[in-house]
Amino acid sequence: MADFTLRVNGSDRKVSVAPETPLLWVLRDTLQLTGTKFGCGAGLCGACTVHVDGASTRSCSIPVSQVAAKNITTIEGLSPNGQHPLQQAWIAEEVPQCGYCQSGQIMAAAALLAKTPNPSEEQISSFMSTNICRCGTYDRIRRAIQRATQGRGAR
Amino acid sequence: MTPLSRREFITAGAAAGAGLVIGFYLPHGSSGSPGGAFLPNAYLKITPDNKVTIVVARSEMGQGVRTSLPMILAEELEADWKQIQIEQAGASTLFGDQTTGGSASVRTTWDPMRKAGAAAREMLISAAALQWGVSRTSCKAENGTVVHSASNRRATYGELAAKAATLPVPTDVPLKQAKDYKIVGKPIPRLDTPAKVNGSAEYGIDFRLPGMKYAVIARCPIIGGKVASFDDKEARKISGVSYVGKISDSSIAIVADSVWGAMEGRRVLQVNWDDGPNKDLNSADIMRGLHEAASKKGVPLYSVGDVAKASGRRVEAAYELPFMAHAPMEPGNATAHFQGSKCEIWAPTQVPQDVRDSASAAVGLDPDNVKVNVLLIGGGFGRRLEHDYAVEAAQVSKAINGPVKVIWTREDDMRNSTYRPASYHKLSAALDGQGWPIAFTHHFISPSINAQKGSPGEGGVDPDLKDEAALVYSFPYALLEYIPTETPVPLGWMRSVYALQVGFASECFIDELATAAGKDPLAYRLHLLQKDEDIKYFDATWRTARMRGVLQLAADKAGWGKPLPSGHHQGIACFGCFSTYAAQVVEVSMEGDQPRIHRVVGAMDCGQVINPNILEQQLHGGVIYGLANALRARITIEKGRVVQGNFDDYAPMRMNEVPSVEAYFVESSEPPSGAGEPPIPPLAPAICNAIYAATKKRIRALPILS
Repeated sequence: MADFTLRVNGSDRKVSVAPETPLLWVLRDTLQLTGTKFGCGAGLCGACTVHVDGASTRSCSIPVSQVAAKNITTIEGLSPNGQHPLQQAWIAEEVPQCGYCQSGQIMAAAALLAKTPNPSEEQISSFMSTNICRCGTYDRIRRAIQRATQGRGAR
Repeated sequence: MTPLSRREFITAGAAAGAGLVIGFYLPHGSSGSPGGAFLPNAYLKITPDNKVTIVVARSEMGQGVRTSLPMILAEELEADWKQIQIEQAGASTLFGDQTTGGSASVRTTWDPMRKAGAAAREMLISAAALQWGVSRTSCKAENGTVVHSASNRRATYGELAAKAATLPVPTDVPLKQAKDYKIVGKPIPRLDTPAKVNGSAEYGIDFRLPGMKYAVIARCPIIGGKVASFDDKEARKISGVSYVGKISDSSIAIVADSVWGAMEGRRVLQVNWDDGPNKDLNSADIMRGLHEAASKKGVPLYSVGDVAKASGRRVEAAYELPFMAHAPMEPGNATAHFQGSKCEIWAPTQVPQDVRDSASAAVGLDPDNVKVNVLLIGGGFGRRLEHDYAVEAAQVSKAINGPVKVIWTREDDMRNSTYRPASYHKLSAALDGQGWPIAFTHHFISPSINAQKGSPGEGGVDPDLKDEAALVYSFPYALLEYIPTETPVPLGWMRSVYALQVGFASECFIDELATAAGKDPLAYRLHLLQKDEDIKYFDATWRTARMRGVLQLAADKAGWGKPLPSGHHQGIACFGCFSTYAAQVVEVSMEGDQPRIHRVVGAMDCGQVINPNILEQQLHGGVIYGLANALRARITIEKGRVVQGNFDDYAPMRMNEVPSVEAYFVESSEPPSGAGEPPIPPLAPAICNAIYAATKKRIRALPILS
């Protein structure tokens, strides 16, 4: 066990965990931020996507010891009141079905828009293909991202 | 046992806090229900604070029941949709069969939900009429209030609830006509969306109890194998590991104060497995067994005339499909708290009552002493029709005498699942001089899911086949025969169940017949459906006119037969299951021997549409799920083990690989039928038929990308 101070969603949080513990489990079990999901444990599905210093990161595959000094943002901290343009667009386009992957999808999309404010359809598909949705909401995810970037619906 | 059987009734009573509470009761449906008992199906509560609470006794796994089922009741109630709240029912003896599956939630609750809403509406009108001393026919219900226009009086349902609760419940209430619907048929936003975009939605895996431990389970990797011995010395050295012990013949629980600790404990646990009888089992032998079984006598599911007597030009083909895994995004999990004489379980489950029964048996309690709470499900697809996660949680909780959450990893899920059965299909037809089929024969060989689970069905007809294998064309001679086999590979109900297999074989073969006849695949199908006929298949009636309708709709919207971009080709297929008619047109091009799918146009006739927004989600989602099934879903058994483990070797579709999907629905006032599963079966054959159009090569085995 080792002590770490994590900067999560703008607050310093002290945790005492095994240093190799993936960030995912520290967020979910220790800090009770369960919006970040466990999907594959192998960086394949993106359900666990968070931002580490602004970059889209698979929290299931990065040990807590590597992120101690960095800024971590989870779905709970994406916006103060859940009104990030992407979250609004996700509601407007009625994206979620089961919804389990959507925290990761939104965090991935937010990372995309931070670097590429006006992505093409191909850029969206290519970037977002890191994240799996078994309910098949891809069409609406794409539309929601376009809506958020254009301030209106894509169709 | 109740003397009230075979009669529907509705009861009302004063709720605590004085309000109107209506439970509605309906016969269980099938004559096989225990004692023909009447079982309540849902629940409505109106309180003086003007809140209308509708209990949802089905599980939400993405298909929208927490919105669509309340809509049905709210419509007849003339409620203001904004005042609706929902409550999730746990396992209960009060709610009839709470299984969420078989695309049945809407179709089985449509009548009782409407009647409950209508009865409550009539009682609220009566309450207002009595209060105002006016005739009840001069009052009407609208938007959560009762109005007396002549005197310009108005009372909210909340204000009328206490009075209404004292009135007798009407037994015969008028139901609204579709033309008057204000809620049903409208794209009302799902109630669960906001919580699903801010991280606050609580799925099974998110639930926690104070002092709760976490467990992972080491399960024998060989099907049917057992624990011979284990050494937990290293596992117990892992920080936080507090318990290691057998919970069944084939599994060992590792309990820790964190998920990671439990996983690490399992990683270093030493287990000697007793391989058991299946250590040489493999997929190739299983498929060979299915081929050999094809010559056995089967169970006729559907028969017209004696196909042996039909003469004509013979066409034959055989098809095969592999085992497949559901692979929902949320891995298996359940939380349990065993406390001596009772146990409480929190689970993302499609079968709360089965969970209650299985878990109570596993820990030696009476089912009445096991409480099961239903949490949000992160993808079901049939996987949560199994009870394994919850049974394990109860067993571990009993072993450690405290609250615990059992979590499966992705590999646990992939390798210890219940699988869509592998199948083999032999089809033959006799064609007349113009190429039209005189006889159509389909032998469907597959291990039976329900037989493996102890319910083989009367005469060996796996009960699922009644909803999932209908032949929807009319032939002068026809035979559909099922040859059930056995396998040690655990079997489960996976989205669309047998319809995927039967639809694939049937619709690929129909296309082959069209080719043999030298006719257009759409025109060939339409010809077979041209006469208005009712085709009886077990308890269902399939209407050729409705199938013709969806086929034509899909073809029209896809521009069937119109010029396509260079190198693009279309394929078409249609199928009926869960009382719904579906057709799809797929547009492909070939890059070498790999198909690229550009466009899928889907049409469905599922009767009255409850919520077009949710329905579109189901069709889109069904196509994307079906695409993975068609292109690359394959579970392989080698040396008694499942080979695939994660999303790399069992790869779902990703955004950069999916085509545009268009969804169209037939406007209908028929009762609503299934929506979640019917979009799956036409897809794989439509793709294969499109590939044939492009390459003149038939694909007769899934997955297409092998």
